[in-house]
Formats: sequence, structure tokens, C-alpha cells
Amino acid sequence: MKEDLLGLRGLSREKLENILDTAKTMKIIVEQANKKTPHLQGKTVVTLFYENSTRTRMSFELASKYMGASAANITASGSSVQKGETLIDTAETINAMGTDILIMRHSMSGAPRVIAPLINASVINAGDGMNEHPTQALLDMLTMYEHIGSFENFNGLRVAIVGDVYHSRVVRSNIYGLKTMGASVAVAGPSTLMPLHIEDMGVEVYTDVDEAVKGADVVMGLRIQLERQASGLFPSVREYHKYFGIDERRLKLAKPNALLMHPGPVNRGVELSSAVIDGAQSVINEQVTSGVAVRMAVMYLLSRGGF
Amino acid sequence: MKILIKGGHVVDPSNNVDKTADILIRDGKIAAVAENIDEVCESVINADGMYVVPGAVDMNAALCEPGLEYREDIASGTKAAAAGGITSVAAMPGTSPVCDSAAVVRFIISVAKERGYANVYPIAALSKGLCGKELTEVGDLKENGAVALSEGIKSVESPSFLRKALQYSSMFDMPVIVHCEDKDFSDGGYMNEGTVSARLGLRGINAAAEEIHAARNILIAKALGCKIHLTHISTAGTVEIVRRAKADGIKVTCDTAPQYFALTEDAVDGFDTNAKLNPPLRAKSDVEAIKAGLADGTIDAVASSHMPYHADEKRCEFAAAASGMSSLETSIPVTLDYLVGRGGVSMSDFVKLTALNPAKILGIDKGTLGVGADADIAVLDLEKEHTIRADEFRSKGHNTPFDGFKVKGKPEYVIVGGKIVVNKGNLEEM
Repeated sequence: MKEDLLGLRGLSREKLENILDTAKTMKIIVEQANKKTPHLQGKTVVTLFYENSTRTRMSFELASKYMGASAANITASGSSVQKGETLIDTAETINAMGTDILIMRHSMSGAPRVIAPLINASVINAGDGMNEHPTQALLDMLTMYEHIGSFENFNGLRVAIVGDVYHSRVVRSNIYGLKTMGASVAVAGPSTLMPLHIEDMGVEVYTDVDEAVKGADVVMGLRIQLERQASGLFPSVREYHKYFGIDERRLKLAKPNALLMHPGPVNRGVELSSAVIDGAQSVINEQVTSGVAVRMAVMYLLSRGGF
Repeated sequence: MKILIKGGHVVDPSNNVDKTADILIRDGKIAAVAENIDEVCESVINADGMYVVPGAVDMNAALCEPGLEYREDIASGTKAAAAGGITSVAAMPGTSPVCDSAAVVRFIISVAKERGYANVYPIAALSKGLCGKELTEVGDLKENGAVALSEGIKSVESPSFLRKALQYSSMFDMPVIVHCEDKDFSDGGYMNEGTVSARLGLRGINAAAEEIHAARNILIAKALGCKIHLTHISTAGTVEIVRRAKADGIKVTCDTAPQYFALTEDAVDGFDTNAKLNPPLRAKSDVEAIKAGLADGTIDAVASSHMPYHADEKRCEFAAAASGMSSLETSIPVTLDYLVGRGGVSMSDFVKLTALNPAKILGIDKGTLGVGADADIAVLDLEKEHTIRADEFRSKGHNTPFDGFKVKGKPEYVIVGGKIVVNKGNLEEM
């Protein structure tokens, strides 16, 4: 039986810890001079991206190459997808070519769930609509784990996530993963970008970012798509930054050594001020390295049968 | 040709009958309803321990013919209906071409006469091409057999168009059936806005999208003194709006579908596209309010809201999947189980909801077991447990969130126009 990584919802603490511990050792490989291991030798990894992505796809691609896999990339533009092929047919075709791991990004929530039961390859969700982005949350958690030192310290860890919660798959995966690990999560943002009933997921909900950030161990900004302004979800970038941006004053409300995170790419001066992006508490670049390590760990474990 | 139904519990609220009796059918009509009828007949049905009721009249179903036969056709759809205890189907106008002309109305009626397993009453489009702009030829459509007007699953966007449509149709006493949804307020949503949409990152349709239109449509009808019928209502708010409108004497009627009192938005969890409906499956509190509305008479009728789809239209991403379910076959069994069996609704009220009231609203001579009426009869075994199996549907659409559900209550015999169509639970192929 193959396993997939479609989301962190329902993934047990034991499995999360296994992934994070494996990722921690993978990080050593990423950081060493000679980045080559035979973990995925003879395996084929395909990325199928229906949405644009630079960092996530690059991260998966490098992760598979560091472990010796054969890698291929498909984007929706310039492929059979443009000719009207259905998602299921595309996935079955890729599967039939001997793919072991299929990494998929799609603009519609739940899309990887459509194909996962139909193919032999393990499916990794690299972001589906507004649902989940599990490897992003795992890399966030790996970064936290390395700073707090142990899994026990996730208990009571206070994580404040600020921004466009409504459209964010990053936030949902983080809520599932962090809550399984015992952390508490507060979300904050403009009410137009906050899903109704989000409190049913067991999080604190704020529109006052100061309140959400107060006493936090981790402050995470979420990317805001600037085109959301045109659809009337917030009046201006200027006002957004004033009330919902993380600057030095707001970051000071968190615990003294609180970590500042962001899934990237950042709109400087919107979600975060440049001063905090480049400041001492920022671990944004560490997150990027963690990303490669986490993806190596996930692919390696899946190729061996699961977490 | 004579048929005798013996020993069943006959429930016919139109004639205040609710007792054990025999029914004699002669030449397609009901000839007698009395205790211990002694007459030699070609067929005798032993209805001992079962209920004998007027066959259901379904006022909202898509039969898809002409043009969309890959989803359903009149033969397959009426087979499904008959198997499910429905003897008359009012067919929605969303065919291809749209049912907006006498030609299409006549086509549907003639195909149904030739190949139908149940009576079919075309509902014509309210606007030409379902475009919401120009009125259809209401008088001509009625003369040719259309029984009502509707935009199907499209809501009437323009209030001024609705005004003209209600005024013009009222001259011909043609019922107007509307789907209530403020599309602008739905804002691209495709499931109920609630806990599940927040959790899954799916775009929600707020209950208010339905309620805004329900209230607006009722107010327009009130302003003109016209009748209006709201179909497949699904929210607690709409029930309350209709309840108050009725108390104020406004001529509004409404129906709901079994899925809106048997299922909640939880059915969508796991991204099951078969549970993607429009209106969407709602919250538990809405389900409770719908049941209360059915119990106190606020909701006049139960209709299937049958929307069959080809498997490919559901076997895809949730957002891309078609909205609707194949429900002609399950509508009555689910109603028997959830409303009568578990919900405490009397069989007399069941008959009003499924047959008598929809017939009255549509202005057709059905829903009764009076002597001289067409013999459209269902014999129901309320104790019979069975499992709903989508792959055994007679409908071409196997899209149902009820697949695998165990329900109690099933039609054992169905008679349409004096012809036994379902015999001992089995559909008799023509």
C-alpha cells in the first residue's frame, strides 16, 4: 500500500515527528558541500503544476536531484492540459510512464484527492486551492523545531498567523500540524479575508493584529495577493500595511526572541516591513533551506512505503 | 382490464380517507374505494400491512430530453421516477433546445406518451432561452400542455423581469416556480458557507444568498397580488421568511427536497462531488428548520430536485464538478424514512407533501384516489429496509450522496394510469 501526502489534517503526531526528525538529518545534507545521497536512486519524480510557482517547484526539484531521482516537470501551460485533457487523464498518463512520486499543485481545493486513489504513484500535494499546502507547514514546523529544540516544546507554543487567512492553504496546513503537536494558533487579518466559522478549527481569531501577536513565540505573515485589492477585499495597500502589516513595533509585542516567518515571496512594506524581514528575528531564509530538507524527507519516506 | 388492491391502509387526504380498504381499478381509472370489494379481476394486489396512497407528483426534476440524453432521457428518467413511487413528473425546462416553445413542449409530451413510465408534465421556460430577458409565449405554451413556468436552476436576476413574468403568467393562471439565489452574493461559491467550507478551503454560498432572493421574490409577488412558488428551499431563514409571508396572507408556496432534510454540509467533507448540490447542503440547524417547516405546513411540497449528470461531470475537481444529484429514485424512500419513520410526520401529511399539494400547485388533476380519478397509485411497505445502490439506478445519473445508505420504506407496487409499472418491488420493462 502506497501512502500519499495530501494534507496534514488527520496526520498523527507520530508521523509528523518522524517526518520532522528525518528532515532534520536531511538538512545536514543540504548544508554540506557535496549534496548527493542515493536515497531516491532509480526513482522517478514528476512535478505537475497547474499554477505558477518558482520556489516550491524548485525546492522539490532540487530535493529530488540531491537524492539521485530522475525528475521531470510539467506545467499546465504548454502541455496536454491546454488541449483540454482532464486532470484524471493527465495523472494516469504520468503514472503509466513509471512515475513513483507525483507532486502536484492545483488551483482547486481537493484536486490531489481526486487522483490519489486512482494511481500507483505517491501523490504529494504542493498546494491545492485554499485547502492545504502540507510541505510548507512542515518546513515551517521544522524551522520552529530547530529553534525550540524538542517536540515537547511545541506544547503551549503560541503561533500568530497574520494576513489573508481566507485564501491561504498555508494557514490551514499549519493549523492542523501545529495543533496536533500541541501548539496554540491565533489567526489575524482583515475580516474580509477571514473565513466565517474559522474558529471551529480551534483557533483564536483576531482582527486586531496587536492582540494576536501579543506574547507569541512565532509570528508568521501570509502573502497577500495584491490583485485582491481590486476585488474590493481591502481598500489599499497603504491601509493594509497600517493595520495588518508586521513592523518593528508590532514584533516587539511578541516574546523577546520570537521567530518571524513568512512563506514567501514577500511583498516588502506590505505584509512585513523591510526592517523586520532583514532583522535578527527573521528566519525566512532558514525556512527556504528547511523546505528542501522537508521535501527530501517526505519523498524518501514515501518511497519506502510511508511515514 | 381490472385491478384490485386488497387489504391495504388507504390514505387519501383529498377524500378524507385514512383506513383499511380495497381499491378497484377499471380501465385506468379508480372505480371504487371500499371495504371488502368482491370482484373478479385480472390482477389482485395483496397490500396487507402496506399503505396505499396516490402516486407522488414531483414538481422539480430534470429529464434532460431533448438534447442532453447523455445525462438522462424521458424513458430512463421516468423509469427512475416510477421505481421510486413517483407517478407524475414535472420536467424542468433546461433541455437543449430549451423548453421555451410549443414545439419542445409537444415533443416532450409525445415522447413521454410513447416511452414514459410515468406521466410527464413539461415546465416551460419563463424567458426565451432561459436568458432572463424576454417572456416566453405563456398562453401558447399552456395550450400546448405546459403546466408551469420556471428558469430551472437559474434564478431570476432582474426584479423588473420577474414582475412582468408574474403579471403576464397570472392572466393564464400559470404557476411560476423560482430557484432562489442571489448569484452576485454567492460570489462564485459552490458549497454552503460554514464550518466545512472554512475547513476545506472551498468557496461558500452564504445562506443569505437564498434568503435575499426568497424575500425579494415574495415581496414582488405581494406587490402585484400574484402567486409565486419557491422551489428547493434549503435554509432556516427561508423557512422563516415563507412562514411570515403566509401569515401575512401572501400567495406563496414552496417545496424542499429530501436531501435538505436528510443530509448536512458534512457530506461534502472529503470533497465528495456527489454531495455538491445547488442549493448546497446546509448546516444541521437548517435541516432542523426544514423539518419544522414541513411539519407545520410552511413547506407545501417535497420534490426531488433531480439533476442527473454523466459520471465525467462529477469525476473531477470539486470546484469544477457539476452541481446536483440524481434523486428521482430515492426521493420517496428517503422521505418515508427521514420524515415519516423517524420524523413523526403522518402518512396523511406525507401524501399532501408528495402528491396532493404539488398537484394543486401545478393545477393538475392528480394526487387523489377519488372515484373517477386516474389510477396513479403507490403501495408502500414502510417496514422494508433496503440499501441505496447508485449502480442499480434506472436513471442514467448515478450521482448520489445516498449511495450505500440503508433506508426503511419502499414502493412495492406502482400503478400509472391503471398499468402496473412496479410489481413486487420490480420495475416491469415495457
